[in-house]
Amino acid sequence: MAELIAKSPAHGLVPVETAGARLTEAPLAPIWSIAPLRGKTEAVSDALEQGHGLPFPAPGTLHAFQGVRIAWSGLDQAFLMGASPAPELSRDAALSDQSDGWAHMILEGSAARAVLARLVPIDLAPAACPPGSARRTLLGHMHTLILHPGGDRFELLVFRSMAETAVHEVARAMTAVAARAAIGD
Amino acid sequence: MLIPCPVCGPRDSREFTCKGHAVTLARPQADAPPEAWDAYLHLRDNPAGPTRELWHHNAGCTAWLVVERNTVTHAVTGARLAGEVAAR
Repeated sequence: MAELIAKSPAHGLVPVETAGARLTEAPLAPIWSIAPLRGKTEAVSDALEQGHGLPFPAPGTLHAFQGVRIAWSGLDQAFLMGASPAPELSRDAALSDQSDGWAHMILEGSAARAVLARLVPIDLAPAACPPGSARRTLLGHMHTLILHPGGDRFELLVFRSMAETAVHEVARAMTAVAARAAIGD
Repeated sequence: MLIPCPVCGPRDSREFTCKGHAVTLARPQADAPPEAWDAYLHLRDNPAGPTRELWHHNAGCTAWLVVERNTVTHAVTGARLAGEVAAR
């Protein structure tokens, strides 16, 4: 029997560390897309409360309960992260396992916002992006889902095939921000 | 240019793709005369002033929007979900 080697999307690319910022990869965890059927959002939200203690998230929000999270991920769609969906959810929602489809990186540190400001066309300041936010936007030219649980931590999800480009782009911005800080702005 | 996405809030135009005039929301019936289909497929106004277009928020929430903007001043005056506009 061949021994298959499990590799995470950013295997060998991270960690990357500069003054004030650190880029790592999140531990592999299930990611399930939950798309309520037409008019069933409330029923799906009830089933999520029953099964996971989580609501169906309003646009732009992220919720966590007992190690399982749910993030808004687009119009009438959310990602359940860290668990497989409760069976009742399949009644009123389209479910798909996307665990293998995403590269999930974590950027944290005091310079994290300054780094992302070079790549992302939306405001990630605390007033515009409070703790518990989820944003669909661009990272450079890549579509991304950004999760902000709080503090100086931003989680960047990009399509798995773009992991290397994403790490390259973020690492380059990290280097530039650190260089700018080193010469006193 | 900022487009006020009803789902995401104001977002930079680089997150969007423009499809063209919102006339495509009003598809003729299958048995409509050839003139109606010709107009639907090929004939477009070229307005200097207010216009309604379909934009796709492809790098955001993925919603289709009907965006109202002015081709002379570049002012964007509104955006609504295309699904809601079409359902009316």
